[in-house]
Amino acid sequence: MSASQLPPRPLSPHIGIWKWSINMVLSILHRASGIALSVGSLMLVWFLASAATGPEAYDCFIGFATSVFGQILLFGWTGAMFFHLCSGIRHLIMDTGRMITIPAAEKAGFFIFVVSIALTFGLWGCIKFFF
Amino acid sequence: MAHKWEDTAFKGPMARAKGLGSAHAGLHHWMGQKLTAIANIPLVLWAVWSFASLAAAGAELADVQAFFGAPAHAILMVLALASIFYHMALGLQVAIEDYSHSAFKPVFLMLVKLVTVALFVTASFSVLKMGFAVDVTDMSALVQQSM
Repeated sequence: MSASQLPPRPLSPHIGIWKWSINMVLSILHRASGIALSVGSLMLVWFLASAATGPEAYDCFIGFATSVFGQILLFGWTGAMFFHLCSGIRHLIMDTGRMITIPAAEKAGFFIFVVSIALTFGLWGCIKFFF
Repeated sequence: MAHKWEDTAFKGPMARAKGLGSAHAGLHHWMGQKLTAIANIPLVLWAVWSFASLAAAGAELADVQAFFGAPAHAILMVLALASIFYHMALGLQVAIEDYSHSAFKPVFLMLVKLVTVALFVTASFSVLKMGFAVDVTDMSALVQQSM
């Protein structure tokens, strides 16, 4: 009997089957924000390289960074950075064997969302209004 | 089921002591990820705060270059870049290992490392270039002061 004649092997349940839980959301968003920040690192390299290159390159960077699209990207990356930071601290705490229960994850998840959103708006509020 | 730290007929004391399991790797990756995660906390917060301050002040090119002309700023930025890009390489490696089912998976894994190193070198060189860009007149003033 060749492999193609065998009945299909059972598959483990995929994302679509599970009921959404806070652990899942935190885990997926931690990875997603990490990947988003990896893309965002290109903007950091561009900033540093343009500043080291000269006025024309720097003006080109500033033109993009201060455009509406650039500001939306930077705001999004700020949010991703604060989320990844808070969530990463949770991971470091969990590595010590603490906060690994479901109620702890629910509390931590609420805390992470509130703090990262507050820090993101706080920082941009500081940049736009208070400095 | 026997745990990896237990002696079995198939696993000798040395394998048990190494405790690496069937993949023969992983501890180094994990430690690197965690150490850079801890280092990233102060370094990234400092970098983001610095950029926010520069942006809020409407910094011109000369202001940015002067900022990285300060040795402490240049050193902290290079340290931040090293920690950020090492952490990023390890994180992207895991994402590819978990989600890529392509025949080019080994190529993606190599590309991640090469591109990350290229980004780190480009960014660090830029910071150092600004850091070392000392005005010659300033240098002669320093020499005169020390004499």
